Parts: sequence; structure tokens; C-alpha cells
Amino acid sequence: MAAIGNPMVRMASHAKKGQVVEVRSLIMNPMTTGLSKNKAGKLIPAHFIQTVTVTFNKKPLCSVDWSTAISANPYLAFKMRADESGTLEMTWKDNTNGVWSSKASITVA
Amino acid sequence: MEQMKRRKFLGISAAGMAAVAGSSVLMPAIANAANVAGWPAAAFDAKALDAAMKDSIDTTSVKVSTKVHLTAPTIAENGAAVPVTVDVDHPMTADDYIETVYLYVDHNPTPLASAFHFTANSGQAYFQERIKMAKTDMVRAVAKTNKGVLMASKPQEVKVTIGGCGG
Repeated sequence: MAAIGNPMVRMASHAKKGQVVEVRSLIMNPMTTGLSKNKAGKLIPAHFIQTVTVTFNKKPLCSVDWSTAISANPYLAFKMRADESGTLEMTWKDNTNGVWSSKASITVA
Repeated sequence: MEQMKRRKFLGISAAGMAAVAGSSVLMPAIANAANVAGWPAAAFDAKALDAAMKDSIDTTSVKVSTKVHLTAPTIAENGAAVPVTVDVDHPMTADDYIETVYLYVDHNPTPLASAFHFTANSGQAYFQERIKMAKTDMVRAVAKTNKGVLMASKPQEVKVTIGGCGG
């Protein structure tokens, strides 16, 4: 099994008030579908991230529900309107009770 | 006699194998036991596009709007990672914003790929992610506003040279 976890969140560290900034994220996860077989002919069980939730200063910003159709080691980019300085926190949850989170901060001038 | 024993043994082991196969068919159900709370399992488990759309947006025909922009490559060399960008041209204010964008791949084993939920603070209904595609197929996005208005993107065909089913 390849590496798993290691969540990363990147966004601009400074922004003007009201500016829409892009947030990019990456996490390691096999994202197996449960439909494919390994070399021995056995089904590889489904193991994939189901939800990603994003909060800014503890308030919900956005969330995603994912299926097995998302690529391995999923990349996700989205946008946020920068109204105040604070910390963005992303939390990934998979179907085997795995939970990872990562933070990024922004200063709004 | 030896032959008989062997037949019997084969029969038993075949039954054993069937039981093993049966349990592996049950695997998805076991996996579902650990589903993250709030994850819409019915819509994601739907095996056909119509069923997936019915379970997620409660309709199968959505008017195409030029406001929903879906960007995907026309030819994807690797179906295991097809970059898709969705951008909805719609205001994001507290009383009028895009609530959810659904992404479908028509003939994937489970057509609903993802559901992105926005809030007004998102500033722009935009996301980019990489999806798996089993074969050359249509990708479509459906946006839903907080008032329940549905808008679809123009379906875009992506030619896949190597499918993303793994194995």
C-alpha cells in the first residue's frame, strides 16, 4: 500500500478584502473502487475518501461528497472570498474511519 | 472410487469457492457500514445515470444553461485521472447562491462522481478535481441554486484511450 494521508492545503498568504482566492489541496489515498481485482484475482476492497469539509474560522465554507470515481491521491481546488484574516481547515474522511485534516492561514488587508 | 472421492472433493471445494465469492460480493455492503455520516449512499451507489440523477436531484432532464462551464480535455490519455473544472457564472450572495454542483459521467459503474456544496462565502462556484473514466464518455455537471433552480452544463465528450478501471 502506497503512502496514505499527508494532507496539504495551499493558498495565498495575503489578500485584499473581498478578493476571491483559490485554495488547492492534495491528499494521498488509494481511492480503490471495490470493483477491480489484484494480480491474484481477488477483489480489492473499496477504500476511498467520502467527504471533504472546509471551514474558515470554524464556520462552514464548503464541503464535497466524493464517490469512487475520484482519482487516486485526490487533488481538489476551490475558491473562497477573503473577508477577514483567519485559518482555513480542511478535513478528509474515508470509508475506513480514516480522518485527516490540514490548515492554512490568510491575512486580509 | 478414487475418482469419486475426487469428484466429491471438487464439489465441496466449488461450494466453498462460491461462498468466498458470495462474501466478496457482500464486500461493498460491509464497506458501507463505515460510511461517513451524511454521505448520500443511494445517489452514489446508483448504477445508471437516470437513477443517479433521480436520487441526487430528483429529475432526469435538466435544461442546459450557458452559465455552467464544464472544462475537460477532449482526449484523455489516462482515464484514471481526467482533470475536470466546473465554474458557474452566478452571483454568490447570502440569499442567492449556488448550493451544490453535481458531476456525472454517463457510463461509469456509478455515474455520480461528486457533489460539491458551496456557501455564499465561497465567492465563486468553482472547483477542480481529477476523475476516473471507464471509457470514452460524456461528462456533465448540474448546478443547483439555494432556491432549487437546476442548470446543466453542455455535456462534454472525453475520449479515453486507457480506461481508469485499474486491474
